[in-house]
Order: sequence, then structure tokens, then C-alpha cells
Amino acid sequence: MTEIADILISASFWAAILRIASPLIFATMGELICERAGVLNLGIEGIMVFGAFAGWMAVYAGLPLWGGVAVAMLGGMAFGALHGLLTVPFGLSQHVVGLGITMLATAAAYYAYRLALPQVTNPPRITPFQPLHIPVLSNLPWLGQALFSQTALTWAGFAAAGATALVLFRTPLGLAVRAAGENPQAVEAQGLSVTAIRMGAVIVGSGLMAVGGAFLTMSAFSSFFFEMVNGRGWICIALVVFGAWKPGKALLGALLFAGFDALQIRLQQTGLGQVVPYQVFLMIPYLLSILALIAMSRRAEVPAALMTPFNRGDR
Amino acid sequence: MRLEPIAAPSHARTLVPPAIAIAATIAVAGLLAALAGANPLQTFGLIVKGAFGSKFAALETLNRATPLVFTGLAVAVAFRARLWNIGAEAQLYAGALMTVLIGTQLGLPGPLAIPLMALGAVMAGALVLLGPVLLKTRLGVDEVVTTLLLNFVMALFISYLLEGPLKDPMGMGWPKSPSLPRDARLPRIVDGLRLHWGFGLALICAAGVWLIQTRTTLGYEIRAVGANPQAARFAGIPVTRVLVKTALLSGGLAALAGFSEVAGLKGNLTTDLSASFGYTGIVVAMLALLHPMGVVISALFVAGIFVGADSMSRAAQVPTYIADLLLACALLFMVLAILLTRFRVVRG
Amino acid sequence: MPPETTAQGPVLRLSGITKRFGQLTANDGISLSLARGEVVALLGENGAGKTTLMNILFGHYTADAGTVEVMGQTLPPGQPGAALNAGVGMVHQHFTLADNLTVLDNVLLGTRPLLSLSPGRGAARRKLAQLAQDFGLAVDPDARIAALSVGERQRVEILKALFRDARILILDEPTAVLTPQEADALFDTLRRMLAQGLSVIFISHKLHEVMAISSRVLVLRHGKLVGETATDATDRHQLATMMVGAEITAPAPAEARPGETLLKLDNVSTARQGNRPGLQDVALDLRAGQILGLAGVSGNGQGALADLLSGLESPTQGTLTLADKRPDAWSPRTAVALGIGRIPEDRHKTGTIADFTLTENTVLENYATTARGGWMNWRAARTATDAIIDKYDVRCPGPDTRIRLLSGGNMQKLILGRVLEAAPRIILANQPVRGLDIGAVTYVQEQLIAARDAGAAVLLISEDLDEILTLSDSIRVISEGRLSPEFPRGTKTPTELGQWMAGQGFDHAA
Repeated sequence: MTEIADILISASFWAAILRIASPLIFATMGELICERAGVLNLGIEGIMVFGAFAGWMAVYAGLPLWGGVAVAMLGGMAFGALHGLLTVPFGLSQHVVGLGITMLATAAAYYAYRLALPQVTNPPRITPFQPLHIPVLSNLPWLGQALFSQTALTWAGFAAAGATALVLFRTPLGLAVRAAGENPQAVEAQGLSVTAIRMGAVIVGSGLMAVGGAFLTMSAFSSFFFEMVNGRGWICIALVVFGAWKPGKALLGALLFAGFDALQIRLQQTGLGQVVPYQVFLMIPYLLSILALIAMSRRAEVPAALMTPFNRGDR
Repeated sequence: MRLEPIAAPSHARTLVPPAIAIAATIAVAGLLAALAGANPLQTFGLIVKGAFGSKFAALETLNRATPLVFTGLAVAVAFRARLWNIGAEAQLYAGALMTVLIGTQLGLPGPLAIPLMALGAVMAGALVLLGPVLLKTRLGVDEVVTTLLLNFVMALFISYLLEGPLKDPMGMGWPKSPSLPRDARLPRIVDGLRLHWGFGLALICAAGVWLIQTRTTLGYEIRAVGANPQAARFAGIPVTRVLVKTALLSGGLAALAGFSEVAGLKGNLTTDLSASFGYTGIVVAMLALLHPMGVVISALFVAGIFVGADSMSRAAQVPTYIADLLLACALLFMVLAILLTRFRVVRG
Repeated sequence: MPPETTAQGPVLRLSGITKRFGQLTANDGISLSLARGEVVALLGENGAGKTTLMNILFGHYTADAGTVEVMGQTLPPGQPGAALNAGVGMVHQHFTLADNLTVLDNVLLGTRPLLSLSPGRGAARRKLAQLAQDFGLAVDPDARIAALSVGERQRVEILKALFRDARILILDEPTAVLTPQEADALFDTLRRMLAQGLSVIFISHKLHEVMAISSRVLVLRHGKLVGETATDATDRHQLATMMVGAEITAPAPAEARPGETLLKLDNVSTARQGNRPGLQDVALDLRAGQILGLAGVSGNGQGALADLLSGLESPTQGTLTLADKRPDAWSPRTAVALGIGRIPEDRHKTGTIADFTLTENTVLENYATTARGGWMNWRAARTATDAIIDKYDVRCPGPDTRIRLLSGGNMQKLILGRVLEAAPRIILANQPVRGLDIGAVTYVQEQLIAARDAGAAVLLISEDLDEILTLSDSIRVISEGRLSPEFPRGTKTPTELGQWMAGQGFDHAA
């Protein structure tokens, strides 16, 4: 018990929560935007892989860090555009297309990696984002290290969550996105293009997912490994459900989830880790996600037209 | 643009879009090969030769196709009922685990052990899918995410067993299970040829699934529930029960992939027993349009690409991941092509 | 705001509109014009092409030929946004509202530039209040649509158009979902609009409404404009003949001879589902040889009653007695086995499986009883399908055709055959003729009367009061899950029934 208390009062634990949560926040917001517009984006896992690769590769090739983020985002948006094209105007199964996009984006990243670095066994490192020094706050005892020792990309993640909430609930654009996810006929009857709104949401959302992936290679770590995304995309889908499709709650969910993840990593080093096999700790995030889905299952707040394709003229 | 259904599609309508999809996939492959600095035609040649160019290659392809037939059938059965089982990977490992447990721990004679291993595998796989399906039918929890997440849980569970209780003491420290005794392995179909009866079982399963879907009430119910659950429920079809039966069938089929890989090919369980066979099963099933007999052909095709790409990449400097890329493209092009056989795109 | 038209010129002109869907010509060279302050009624039976024409005008569809001019300006085809900006508003038959958003958000949707930073709710709230006062369209701007009644939702639809300063309003079958009193209130609103110089296109297939509100009538039949006349120069009889091409002879069922009670509900309640009310303490007797009509505004518990009798739902309280027995496990299969024939409300979503063949659809309810040890009996299924196709005149390429290719009427005939061939003692007919053309309507209604004459108990659920009045031997009204007393044929006027539909009278009755 004292070991857990030790973990909880260590500043590095709280810093780790923010770090672990960051990629989840980006990707969860991305998925949330897609789903609010009525499109389930199962391409998330692959798009994160591609973002992780593309951002890192771009920096390795000489671009500045933010340039890498932009490359990752553009790559994600390209896959989003493909996803959107197939699921929105063509109305194909969002399940099948999403899984297909995940396979495509993952394979594309791996193929490009092998093309770029044919014989490498240990991937090269880049200089990742460094913790951003915030005057005064970063110098606070304990708090400075716990909360204000993050990289700029983490803060960008929080900004993205805030922007998502603001746009969705405070602007005409957000109203249109939400309406497209509730009843596309209502959107069309008010003179807006359902196709454009949904495509736009999927493209922007996919861009955010890719930045989430890029966080892994450009802020959390400094190189690209196969399997490094490791189901985070699927976890983000669970987080969207957990957050009841609301950015604020989803953000809290991501932080909560990261808290458990940070805890399990640290528990592995304690006496508990001697007794319990490490695989049990590693299972915790996935099991928690399933539990989150079960806990939220009774809530009927899902966008009414989620996964319902809209074909102009069907009425 | 909008889509307008075609009442009676012509032959050209049904054939041209899929043909274009295939051509487009090949074009992408050529482009990818060119990106790697290889000659596209030569690359194709090497892939085909590597997959079917020799007796050895062809047998390798058949072996590689075997688990894909099982996982492809598992996905086809489930998707037909619109049950999104993305967890064939976990069910495969559950089946493989049960196979190893029964085969190595009970000390049964081969003729008794083999059927028991298969049965145990089927039950284990069915059980793994039962959880997500009950969550879906009872609580409305989306099975896509739960089955996906269970894949990771199962992988960690297997890893734990192989490093702990199930670790082979003779394994020189490698995380692998003890091997099945000789007589608990699936025999070869033809002596001297490296092709085991797992492939035969796969063909039998394909025929069985086809029979179930077209001739039995269960198959009719599965199709009805998949095509329109609301109408099925109204008509009196017990939707929940049908979904549970579908899950048992699907999970069991996926588990047989694990059984067949362990008992027919590898002899033991390792964490890399499956080369993503569970996920690839989705591509196999979709390319087969969920038709059970089509699954066999599509599994051969997919296996051929993988085996061929492996062999090709040793000769030319094209990464093997070209196979994964190709299949993802083939999947996306094909679902679009199939749509275009039934709908025409019209303006406004 | 569109430029004011000159006093003489029409505000709207459609010229030579042609629209084909595959083989079907939905609109064949239709031209019409609309003057300022005028109500033109577009009359025609189901499938005549009225809604298609309006969808072209509004930009939901692109015409194959022809143009739309508003205030002298040609509209770009296929753009609802352009129609809206030109001052055209449309109240769709199936409301286009997002149920989980508020009234205000539904009205605001698409009215401001998407990239502007504020949603402009304050100004919108004031404008809505003004409109509500001007046109008698009161509705709470902060209510979620899901919480509104059907009549209120229609008001929101009209407000959406007025909020955008519409000068031309298209109303597609606006009274289909209203009580007679609500319909009168709607007509009041329309008259206020006309007084302010708006023009209205009023789509209907109800002759008395057309006579009451319009100044000019255009009649469509099979996609063609077959007649145009000033309303006061014609009569209902003549319009009916124009609309159908022959005189309409409504079925006139002979006197009923009610027999024993076949199905009995005793203070039955069912659970509320989402926004759908459940039944509340309902007592109901269905008697052999009688058609009982259930009138009511949609969404007042008809669905709950239909689901209960279909076996989809069980009572949370009270008893259901079938032929003097209380079935222990209540399910669709039990309901069918105990002789309830069910014609569902939505033949596309509930009644049939679109991608199944006719044969596969025929045996949906009885495949298990003809099966042998888990094997489908396809031969029996085929024979039964052939017989139904023959006997019920289902027009189709063959029993192996996917049912999605059939017209609504032929689909309904197959369902009717499936139900009637099982010789049910009780028939639940939920909106059995909705959306059908007149030939199919008459056919289905005659079959129901014939089943009644053969001794079946028929429960006819419809939102069309005229249909209820024509067919029913006895009428009950449903409102918020409660049932009115039984009114034998001819004892209540439409207006009186309308009061019951609006929920008046229940407190005294209870």
C-alpha cells in the first residue's frame, strides 16, 4: 500500500499521466469528430501507425519537428479522405472500410519504412520535442515537475480538445457536424451538403489521429518501432463511448485511462511486480477499455445516425 | 452525386467493375515495386513463381492457405449475420492453446487425442467469442471494439503461459510450449508431401458452412438476421439465439485454424504462431463476398501473395510488406467494385 | 431577401420537368406556375409523382429535363441551398428534424456562414418569437425535438422556412399526421401567410382539403399533368375522376355480424420506449367478424399496441387473453402460432427482407414449422410462394426475384398472402394501405373485408381518419397510450373523433 502511496505522490507519475494521455487525447478527439458527424472511423489504428511513422521520418529526413507534425497530419488526412470517399458518397460499410484503411495505412508505413531503411535493425533516433519551460509554473516545487514539464505537443493536445468542444458546441459549423450525425436529411433540407460535412469531419478527425500517432515517435519516444501503437486506436474508440461523445468527458476519460496505465507501469517495479506476471499489468488498459464500454452501455447518447450512410435521393 | 440501384444488372455490369478492381490492384503493385527500384513485371513474375512456381512453392501456399480458410470462414459466417467478429486472432490462439493442453497434458493415444483436441479447440474459440456477443445482445456493447481488444488480452495471456506455467522445459529458454507427441499430430495427406490434413479439414468445413447457409434453418436464420434484424425479429426468428449460435460457429471455426497450425504444422505453441491470420481472414472473407466456397479460392489467392512476396523479396529488393499493402488495396477496391455492380452513380 | 416580383409575374415557374428513375418516368414534362398569394393544390394518388416534382423544385433531385424559375431567376439544379436562398421553403412529409437537437438549433442549422464564430442564438430567439406571434406557431425554442408532439414538429418545420424568409412554401401531405382540429389550425396559419403575400403549394390526395384551401388544382397521374382547374370551377367528384382516371368506388362493407371475443386485453400497460408512449391501462376486445378501427395521431401508442399484438412486446401489467387462454411465453412466434396474422406498419423495414427472394420472404414466419429436423423445406416454400403469386396477383419476374425489386403494392400483396394463407383468426393490419396506389389500396381493403366476412377479427390501425371511417365497423381512438370507448359505425363525426384524438374526453371516460 505504501508503494502505491509513494507512486501517487511522485511528481513523475503525474507527469507520466499527461504524457501517456497526449496521443490518446489527439486520437480520441479525432474519432469523436468523425463519429459526431455519423462516421465510425476504424481506420484510427492504422492512421496512428502512419502518423507515427510519417512524422518521425520527415524529421529524420531533415524537416523541423513541427514540419514533421504537419506531414503526419497531412498523411492522416489523406487516409481520412480515402475513408470518407468510400464511406460517405459511396456509403460502403464503415466497418469494412475502416479495417481496410487500418490495414492499408499500417502496411504503407511498414513498406515505406523498409524502403527508406532497408537493412536497419535498430531504427535511428531523432531529437524529439523537449519539455516546454513555462515561466514561473515550471519552477514551482513538485507541481512544476508534475504538471508543467510537458512538451509543446502535449499542450497542443489539450488545445485540440478545447477547440473540438468549442467548435462542436459553439459554432454553426459544429451544429452542422452534430446534425449530420443525428439526421443527415435535416442537414440536406437546410441547404447544406451532408457529403461535404461528413467528408470534412473524417478528414480533420483523421488528421488529429495521425498527430496522436506522431506524438509517440516525436515526443514520447524518439524512434519508430513496429507495433508501437499497439491497440491505442481501439482504446480511443472505447474512450469516445466512455466520454458519451462529449469532448470534455472523453478528455477526462483519456486522463483517467492514462492514470491507470502510468500506475500499472510503476506497479510492475514494486513488490507486486514480483508476484504478478507483467502480462497481467499490460492487460489492464485493454480490460479497462472493455469495462468502460460495459459501464457506458446503458447510456443511449450515441449519435442517432452513426454508421447510417446518406444517399441523396433516398427519402 | 448519388447512387441509384440497378434492377437487373447486365453481365458487363457485374464483371467490369471487379475486373477494374483487379487491374487497379495490379497497377498499385507495379507502382510499389517501381518505388522500390524494381522492375514491376519481373516482381510480378517472382511473386507468381514464388507462390505457384514449383511443387514446393505450391505446397507452401496450400499450407499457408489452411489457417486462412478457417479464419476466412469464421469471418464470413459472422459477417453474414452482421456480427462483426474482428477477434479471430484471439479465437485462433484459444484453439491453439486448447490443442496443446489436451495434446500434451492428458497423455491420450493419438486417435483419441486428435478429435478431442479439435473439439476442445472449437469450444475454447466459441467461448472467447461468446463473451463479446453476450455483451452485444444483453447490453448493446459494440462487438467490434471488444473483439479487437480481446486480441491483445489473449496475446498477453498466451505470452504469460509460455513464459510461465506452459513453458517448455526443453525449450532452451525460448517462450514456447512443449511439443505434441508424434501420434497426436495431423497426418500428411500424401506421404512425403508437406501438406497435412488440416487443409482437408478446412475444405470439409467450407463445404459444411455452405451446406448450413443454403440448406438449414440455422443458415436461413443467420442470413435473415444479418440482412434485416428488425424484420427477422418481427417474423419470430429468435435473433439473440441466432447470434449466439453464429458466434459459437464463428469462434469455433477460427479456433480450428489454431488447432490445425499446432497439430498439423508447428507441433507446439509460440507467440508468433499466427502471422495475423485472424485479421487476414477479414480480407479473405470480403474478397470471397462472404461465400464459403469462395473463401477457399480467396484464401489460396491471399496465401499465394504472401508466400510469393516472401520469396520475391529475397530475390528483388522489394519489402515483403508489399503483400499487406496489396491485400488492403484489393479489399478496398473490391468492396467499391461490388457496390458498382449493383448501383450506378448518377448526378444529382 | 429575394427581389420582390412584379405584381403580374408568377413567383414560381416550372417548365417541362422530366425525371426518370431507371425504367420509371416519375415526372413527364410537367409545367406549372404559381402566383403571389396563391395556394395551388397538387393532387394525385400515391406514386403519381407529386413528391418527386417538389423534390426537384427544392433541389433534392436533379431533373433530366426542364427548368425551375423563382421570381424570374432560374435555379441551379440539385441545390437545396439555392432554392432556400431564393425563398423556397419545404415542409417534408417525413419531417427533416434532428430529434436530439433543440428547436432553435434545428431552425438555425445552415442559416449562418459555417465558419462564423458565433451561432447567433440570441437574435434567432427574438425572430422566432416574432414569427410565432405573427403566424400562430407557438413552440418552445429550447425544447428538444424528441419531446414534441407531431403537430408541434410540423410547426417547427414551417418555422424553419419562415425563419429563412421563405416566399414560397411547399407542404407535402401536411395534414396526414394531424387531427382535424390541428388541420384547421394549419389552414389558419396558411391563410395568414397568404395575407402576407406568401405563396403555397399544397400536396395532398385528400379532396375535401384541396377544396377547402386551394384556389387552383393541378392533378398528376402516372407522372403526367392531367388536369388543371380553378377550385371553384370543379367539385370533388370531378377531381376524383381526374386523379384516378376512373371513378373512385370506396369499398362499402356490408353490415358486420360480430361474434365471440377472440382476443381480450384487460387493463394492460406496456413500457414506454424512448419517446414512444406505452399503453396505459388499456382494455380491448377484438370480436370475430368485425373490423375495429383504431384512430389516432401517430406516436400515441399505436406502435405499442401493434408490438404487443405482434408478440414483440409483453405487458408490464394486465392480461392478454387469446381464445380464452393466457399464452405463457409471449413472442412473435407464439402470436403467429395462436392465429394472429400481422401486417406490419413498414413493409420495407419490418415486413420483408429486401435482399431475400420472394420465396425466402414468404416463409419468414413459418419456415420452422415446415422444416424437417433443421433442414429447410425449400420445395414446400416454393409451392407456397407460387400459390401466393398466383392467388394474390403479385406482379413479379418470379419467386426467385429479390423482393426489393417489387413495387410497394406487390410487396404488400405478398405480405397479405403470407398472412391470409395461414388462415388467421385475428388480423392486425397496421397502416395496410399507406403509400399504395389506388388499385392496390382497394385490393388490400377488399381482402380485409373478405377476411372479416369469413369470421376473422380485424384490428385496423391507421392515421388516415377517412380510411378508418370507411372500413371500420366500430372505432376506438388512441391518445397517449389510452383508449377511448368503442364508437359503433356512424355514431361519431370526424370532428368529434378529432377531439378524442387530441386527448379530450379521456378524463371523463376514465
